[in-house]
Amino acid sequence: MIPAGFEYHRPRDLEGVLALLDEHGDDARVMAGGHSLIPMMKLRMADVPHLIDLQAVDGLAGIEIGADEIRLGAMVTQTEIIGHAGLAEAAPILREAALQIADPQVRNMGTVGGNIANGDPGNDMPGLMQCLDARFTLVGSGGVREVAAREFYEAAYMTAREDEEVLTAVTIPRPAGGHAYEKQKRKIGDYATAAAAVQIAKEGRACASAAIAMTNLSDTPVFSEGAGAALVGTAVDAAALAAASEAMLGDIDPTEDNRGPVAFKRHVAGVILRRAIERAWSRA
Amino acid sequence: MKDEVDTREDRVANLKGMGCSRKRVEDARFTQGKGNYVDDIKLDGMLFGDFVRSPYAHARITSIDIEEALKVPGVLAVLTAADLEPLGLHWMPTLAGDKQMVLADGKVLFQGQEVAFVVAEDRYAAADGIEAVVVEYEELPVIVDPFESLKSDVVLREDTVGEDSAPIDGAHGPRKHHNHIFTWEAGDKAPTEEVIANAEVVAEETMYYHRTHPCPLETCGCVASMDKVNGKLTLWGTFQAPHAIRTVVSLISGIEEHNIRVISPDIGGGFGNKVGAYPGYVCSVVASIVTGKPVKWIEDRMDNLMTTAFARDYWMSGKISATPEGKITALRCQVTADHGGFDACADPTKFPAGFMNICTGSYDIPTAYLEVDGVYTNKAPGGVSYRCSFRVTEAVYFIERMIEVLAIELGMDAAELRRINFIKKEQFPYKAALGWEYDSGDYHTAWDKALKAVDYDALRAEQVQRVEDFKAGKTRKLMGIGLSFFTEIVGAGPVKNCDILGLGMFDSCEIRIHPTGSAIARLGTISQGQGHATTFAQILASEIGLPADSITVEEGDTDTAPYGLGTYGSRSTPVAGAATAMAGRKIRAKAQMIAAYLLEVHDDDVEFDVDRFVVKGAPEKFKTMKEIAFAAYNQAIPGIEPGLEAVSYYDPPNMTYPFGAYVCVMDIDVDTGVPDIRRFYALDDCGTRINPMIIEGQVHGGLTEALAVALGQEIAYDNMGNVKTGTLMDFFLPTAWEVPNYETDFTVTPSPHHPIGAKGVGESPHVGGVPCFSNAVQDAFRAFGLRHTNMPHDHWRIWKTANELGLHG
Ligand SMILES: Cc1cc2nc3c(=O)[nH]c(=O)nc-3n(C[C@H](O)[C@H](O)[C@H](O)COP(=O)(O)OP(=O)(O)OC[C@H]3O[C@@H](n4cnc5c(N)ncnc54)[C@H](O)[C@@H]3O)c2cc1C
Repeated sequence: MIPAGFEYHRPRDLEGVLALLDEHGDDARVMAGGHSLIPMMKLRMADVPHLIDLQAVDGLAGIEIGADEIRLGAMVTQTEIIGHAGLAEAAPILREAALQIADPQVRNMGTVGGNIANGDPGNDMPGLMQCLDARFTLVGSGGVREVAAREFYEAAYMTAREDEEVLTAVTIPRPAGGHAYEKQKRKIGDYATAAAAVQIAKEGRACASAAIAMTNLSDTPVFSEGAGAALVGTAVDAAALAAASEAMLGDIDPTEDNRGPVAFKRHVAGVILRRAIERAWSRA
Repeated sequence: MKDEVDTREDRVANLKGMGCSRKRVEDARFTQGKGNYVDDIKLDGMLFGDFVRSPYAHARITSIDIEEALKVPGVLAVLTAADLEPLGLHWMPTLAGDKQMVLADGKVLFQGQEVAFVVAEDRYAAADGIEAVVVEYEELPVIVDPFESLKSDVVLREDTVGEDSAPIDGAHGPRKHHNHIFTWEAGDKAPTEEVIANAEVVAEETMYYHRTHPCPLETCGCVASMDKVNGKLTLWGTFQAPHAIRTVVSLISGIEEHNIRVISPDIGGGFGNKVGAYPGYVCSVVASIVTGKPVKWIEDRMDNLMTTAFARDYWMSGKISATPEGKITALRCQVTADHGGFDACADPTKFPAGFMNICTGSYDIPTAYLEVDGVYTNKAPGGVSYRCSFRVTEAVYFIERMIEVLAIELGMDAAELRRINFIKKEQFPYKAALGWEYDSGDYHTAWDKALKAVDYDALRAEQVQRVEDFKAGKTRKLMGIGLSFFTEIVGAGPVKNCDILGLGMFDSCEIRIHPTGSAIARLGTISQGQGHATTFAQILASEIGLPADSITVEEGDTDTAPYGLGTYGSRSTPVAGAATAMAGRKIRAKAQMIAAYLLEVHDDDVEFDVDRFVVKGAPEKFKTMKEIAFAAYNQAIPGIEPGLEAVSYYDPPNMTYPFGAYVCVMDIDVDTGVPDIRRFYALDDCGTRINPMIIEGQVHGGLTEALAVALGQEIAYDNMGNVKTGTLMDFFLPTAWEVPNYETDFTVTPSPHHPIGAKGVGESPHVGGVPCFSNAVQDAFRAFGLRHTNMPHDHWRIWKTANELGLHG
């Protein structure tokens, strides 16, 4: 478990990062918390001749809670999310999800940006961000652009981010209504067998809006428009739950691994989804 | 040191002897990061060696090109089998009487097998060197199933066959097939079969005890340092049996034993993983001889999981017969044992299936028969006793499952079935049908205490209600009550039947009392976390009347410690602990003569009292052990040599047989397969209790490893022989989060033949725990028709059971 040799860079500002990315192209990778990248380098599944550490770069930190939107700097750690009182109030699903990621040591290092940019279908933040309809800010030497979370993921480890771009921040519209992040895993520190992020708003006794995404059930996070739509206008009763579940099962495409075969995963996905919806609805 | 204290109670407390929950003296260094493990050893000019490993499970090697590797900066040498062959070291003997390739000799037999050894200035250069070695393989058919192996034309071990692939007899007798290793039998076949054939009730079941791995936190490794000037080899390593390693190294290398010093420093857990000899040890020694520099080899986690010492992998078929009232009449057990590519099981030589013949368990079964077939496959070698005495975990799992299956067959409560079949207290010493003589036990008392503690009847009533609620659609959770009653067989062992490669399994203790009344004791064992420095000092404190805090315990250095066979199979307390007590008694005998002289009375007129010898009938006249120690060195005593030292080599007359009663209560989410352990009660009887706190710690650890094995921990292979669980992401190592609260309890039934009556406890909880967790899962589904389902009970397998029983609607 020894990585191949690499050059270590520790720039102080974003210009420095972009210059290194432009110079080394494919041979360079940025590192945030390193808790996905370093294991891959050690397994020699990632070959990174130039490693650019983002820890000393200015302007990538901080949590800002605005009236309409929340902004998370890319280098905000999972631990910071868990400990931020304002965030727990404004978007409690972030805390609920972060607490189900890995373990305290990993969360002390792992960042929002790294979790999102990594593109591993097992990461919990991408599905969560799709549920929340977040936007990602990408900065390259050519300029700044925003990409919607729901359009960011193309395939496992393939995202809309260009190699020379850095993800600097995540912007999340302030969520309304009830939430739930439900995750089944084999043990602490495990990626999901199935996980569901649900945010539901209620008007009177009916569901006004519902956003639902699931994790580790396809090669990308699965935002299921159909599942959300199946709930809107209903009292989130058994029939609506069944319809949402059916829609979601049509959108996921799990593969067999050590967690179990496809039939098991599909079944558990349905169960986890229903539990998440029920909990979110009870809080709406 | 404390001042001389007055009351007898104070004096006893001051010793911190047997029965005291003395804090572990080791923990000061471990909790401060001051332990000294093999990888902490750094020597001048030390090199690092690491392996090129086979990506294939079965392949012929057509070429190995090391040229590019030698060009990698920092790489000094690359050893292959061709380099070792002239030294006769390209193969090495295994503990099981087979031999194993040190480096691939023409072919590979399992994924991860050692192919070449790259020696470099540091581990980074070694890793780059490994990448640069080019090996060409020609893939061969892969066999990962032992039953298929016994039918296959493919010869896995060409070195074990003669003409026309006819198998040559092995270390354990004739072989039935070219991939067959041995057949081992115990008990009486014909009578057993006859009883079963004529029985009114027979339960039959086949179960697979999956392959798993001890996975100690510290992986295996060593540092070899050959001093070419004085011809001495020093070998530091993660050895559970340092003295045996010294002898083996001497025998295979030809270096005389006095020129070899083996040191086991602090060891970060062994659990059987560190008993055997590994290619890394041999290659490090050779590399040090070749380069004249110290060479370190340390496995990484994947190396450890994939290549060193798996455990279990037993296919067990059983038949158990009984009267309609539930009295067991006979037991038959047939095992097909998957040993992987080389038979490297760590068992006493005469026991190729370990003590699997303890599989009649805690029950009075008049007739029994056991047959074990060992088989080669394309999996890693090993077959160690992961936190159990040799194959006892398999044996206890087998019988505790057979009891449950028989209870189902009889429509009887499994607790009651156990009770009516237990060996009775008055039957001890009990001669079991498969040959062992159980030393002592009081099973009924332990069982009743356990069932009462958990309010067993109330639990069953709750379970009945739960089943009703489930059927009525009121809950999706089932409740399982796991029972297990185990008898361990530990403390190998009597030299008359237990040896490893001809080395008798005695153990030893050597004590030196210093003039000021403190002492050092050295033993042939080696702690890997068990707390020997704490407990052995307590045994001695009680035996010789000096405070445990004044006694240093040292193990692991073959230049200083007396010869012994090491620590595994819960043998340290039964064997070395006995040696310690016996050596202590020799000290005491001499101290008695000195005391009598000093007190000017006859030897027989003084008696030992806690920390002193007193004149019988005149307790105000005494000499403390401290005073006696000083006199031993500094006073001329007619007829008595100066000094106060003793050594004892102890060959136990029998094994010891700890036992215990465990109950687990579990809720199971039928829809997700997630189990939730609500309660776990563990009663252990390990005979005399030396340190209750350490016992409790051992029980917690053993239960946690039992939980791991029962609920998910496995080394799984795909059909191509690829290891699917080679990292801790997939190999289940429970964390504090997954571990329930354990309630511990005990009874005390001393061993009649052990000097202090102690039996050993380190492995009991694992042995008893695995069936308890497994039985809980299976019991939850009993009301829905489940008879048996194989471990590990991970989420998807539990879900599958529910699914197959139609519980998902
Ligand atoms: C034992 C263990 C268990 C884990 N369990 C979970 C889990 O249950 N759920 C979960 O979601 N995660 C889990 N993780 C992953 C963990 O959350 C990681 O920290 C996270 O996935 C990546 O964050 P990071 O900051 O460490 O990123 P890094 O490892 O530094 O980077 C990951 C990738 O993202 C890229 N990257 C990082 N930052 C940026 C940026 N600002 N702009 C562009 N690209 C960037 C890197 O180049 C790299 O390709 C686990 C990790 C471990 C070690």
